[in-house]
Amino acid sequence: MASSSPEKGYALLEALNLEVHYGGIAAVKGVSFAVEEGELVCLIGANGAGKTSTLKALARMIPSSGEIHYRKERLDRQPSHLLIGKGMALVPEGRGIFARLTVAENLAMGAYHRNDKDGIAADLAHVYTLLPRLKERAEQVAGTLSGGEQQMLAIGRALMGRPQLLLLDEPSMGLAPLMVEKVFEVIRAVAAEGVTIFLVEQNARLALQTCSRGYVMESGRITLADTSDKLLADPRVRAAYLGE
Amino acid sequence: MDIFLQQIINGLTTGSVYAIVALGYTMVYGVIQLINFAHGEVVMIGAMVAFTVIMAIVGAGAPLPPIVIVLAGVLAAIPVCMTVGFLLERVAYRPLRHAPRLAPLITAIGMSIILQQLALLIWGRDPRAFPQIMENTSFSLGGAAISSVQIAIILMSIALMAVLTWFVYRTKFGIAMRATAENVSVAGLMGIDANRVIAGTFIIAAGLAAVAGVMYGTYYGIAHYTMGFILGLKAFSAAVLGGIGNLAGAMLGGILLGLVEALGTGYISEFTDLCKWPVVGAEGMLMERCAADGHVVLFGSNYQDVFAFLVLIMVLVFRPSGLLGERVSERA
Ligand SMILES: Nc1ncnc2c1ncn2[C@@H]1O[C@H](COP(=O)(O)OP(=O)(O)O)[C@@H](O)[C@H]1O
Ligand SMILES: [Mg+2]
Repeated sequence: MASSSPEKGYALLEALNLEVHYGGIAAVKGVSFAVEEGELVCLIGANGAGKTSTLKALARMIPSSGEIHYRKERLDRQPSHLLIGKGMALVPEGRGIFARLTVAENLAMGAYHRNDKDGIAADLAHVYTLLPRLKERAEQVAGTLSGGEQQMLAIGRALMGRPQLLLLDEPSMGLAPLMVEKVFEVIRAVAAEGVTIFLVEQNARLALQTCSRGYVMESGRITLADTSDKLLADPRVRAAYLGE
Repeated sequence: MDIFLQQIINGLTTGSVYAIVALGYTMVYGVIQLINFAHGEVVMIGAMVAFTVIMAIVGAGAPLPPIVIVLAGVLAAIPVCMTVGFLLERVAYRPLRHAPRLAPLITAIGMSIILQQLALLIWGRDPRAFPQIMENTSFSLGGAAISSVQIAIILMSIALMAVLTWFVYRTKFGIAMRATAENVSVAGLMGIDANRVIAGTFIIAAGLAAVAGVMYGTYYGIAHYTMGFILGLKAFSAAVLGGIGNLAGAMLGGILLGLVEALGTGYISEFTDLCKWPVVGAEGMLMERCAADGHVVLFGSNYQDVFAFLVLIMVLVFRPSGLLGERVSERA
C-alpha cells in the first residue's frame, strides 16, 4: 500500500483514516488514499464494499470521521455545497440528474456557483462538442433521456462546474457494453484535458485498463493499492474481480 | 339575474385568492415535503397589517387616491409577511429538518396557533371592517354583475401567477428551487445551498400570502385574527386537488375550488329544498309547510365552507396525487 504514497508531491486529494458509520454499522473502516494532480486513479471493489460511502464522505454528503485534505485544505468540516467552488465535483451513483429539468437546465445547474457568463458559455459549447447528443436534446426534459445519455448529462453537468478533481461513482452502472465504452471514452477525454479523476467502479477490468493506478476495497477497508498493471496481474485481483 | 354566471364570477374571484395561497403551500411542500399549516396565518397577518396601515392613512386624512392607499397597505404587508415566513422556517422548521416527519407537522400546527394568538394580542378579538375606500363600481355582464374589486383581484392574481411562473422557470434561483425540490443532496453537489433555497421559498410564499390577505380582506370587507384558519385549510385543499408540490396544480386547484364552492353555495338551497323532492313518508307534513313557506331548505348557503372539505375528501379517496400531480412518492 505504501508503493504509491502521497509523500512524493502534494496530493490534490488525500484521505486519512476515513470512517463512515450508518447507525452502529461501519461501512468504511479507516481508509487512507491519495490522488495527485493530473492522475486518473480508480477504486474498485465488490457491491457493498463501501465505495459509494467513501465518495459521499469525500463530497460531504454524509458525516464521516478522519481527515480529508484537498489542496492542503481540510474538507471534513465543510458543507457539501462549497466543494464545487473549490474545484471538486462528484458524479453520483445512479447519475442523480434532475429528471424534471431540461438537459440545458441541468447543465446550467452544474455552473450554479459561477458568475462568469462568458466562461460558462464557453464551457457549455465545450460540453456540447464533447457530448453532441446533449446539444440535440438540450430542450428535452432530462427524465426522457436513455440511461447512457443520462450518464453523459451527469458528466457534462459536473464539467460545467469546471472542476479540477472529478469523482465518478460507477459510471458504467446499468449501461449496455457499447454505451459503457462510449462513457469511458469521454472519461479518458476529460482526463486528457488535465482534469484529475478518481473513478469508482465495479467493472474492475475496464477501470484498471483506464486508470494508471488503483485501490481495491473490501468490506470497508483498502486491501490492495498498486499500479493498474500490477493489479491486473495480481492473482488475488484476477480471482476476485476479473473472473479468472 | 343569472345565478350560474354570477356564481362563476364570484367563484373565479375567491378561486384566484385560493390559488395564490395554495401556491404557498405547494411551493414549500415541493422543497421540503412539509405542509406549512401556519401559512393561512401569514395570510391573516397580511390582511391585518394592510388594514392597520390603510386605517392609519385614512385616519390621518391624507388626500390620496384610494388605489394608492390600498397599495401602501400591500407594500407594508409584504415585508412583514416575508419576515414572518423567514422566521417560521429559521426558528421552527429548520431545526427539525431531519426529524421524523410528524415533528415538523405538529410544529406547523403549533406555529399556526401561536401566530393566531399573537394577532389576537396585537389586533384584538373583534373583527375589523376593511375600510371601503375603493369605489366598488359594478358592471353588468350578460345578466350578472362583476365589481371593480373582483376585476382587480382576478387581474392581480393572474399577474402574480405569471410572474411566479416566469421566476420559477426562467431565473437561476427558480431553476435551483426546482432542482432542490427534486434532489436536495445532488443540488448541494451543484453548489446550491439548500438553506438559502428553502428560506427563499418561504419568503416568496409569504409575499404571495400578503397580497392574498389584502385581496381577501378587501373582497369580504372584513379581517379577523381567525380568518387564516379556514382560508388556509381551503387553500391547502386546493393545493391537494391540483396535486401538492405542483405549481400549475395549485393554480388550477384554487380556481376549481373557488368555482365548486361558489356554484355549490349558489345551488345548495335549491337542491336541498324538500318541497322539490318526493320525500317518502313525510308527504303530509311537508305539503303543509311547503304550502305555507314555499320552501323547506335542508342546507342553506351558510354551508359554504363544506364544499372545500368535500372536495378534499373526494380527492384523497379517489385521486390522492391530485389532478396534475404525479404518483405520490414515498420519500421520507
Ligand atoms: N444509507 C445507508 N444506510 C445504511 N446502510 C448503508 C447505507 N448506504 C450504504 N449502506 C451499507 O454500507 C455498506 C457500503 O455500501 P456502499 O458504500 O454503497 O458500497 P458500494 O458503493 O461499494 O457498493 C453496505 O453494506 C451497505 O448496505
Ligand atoms: Mg456504490
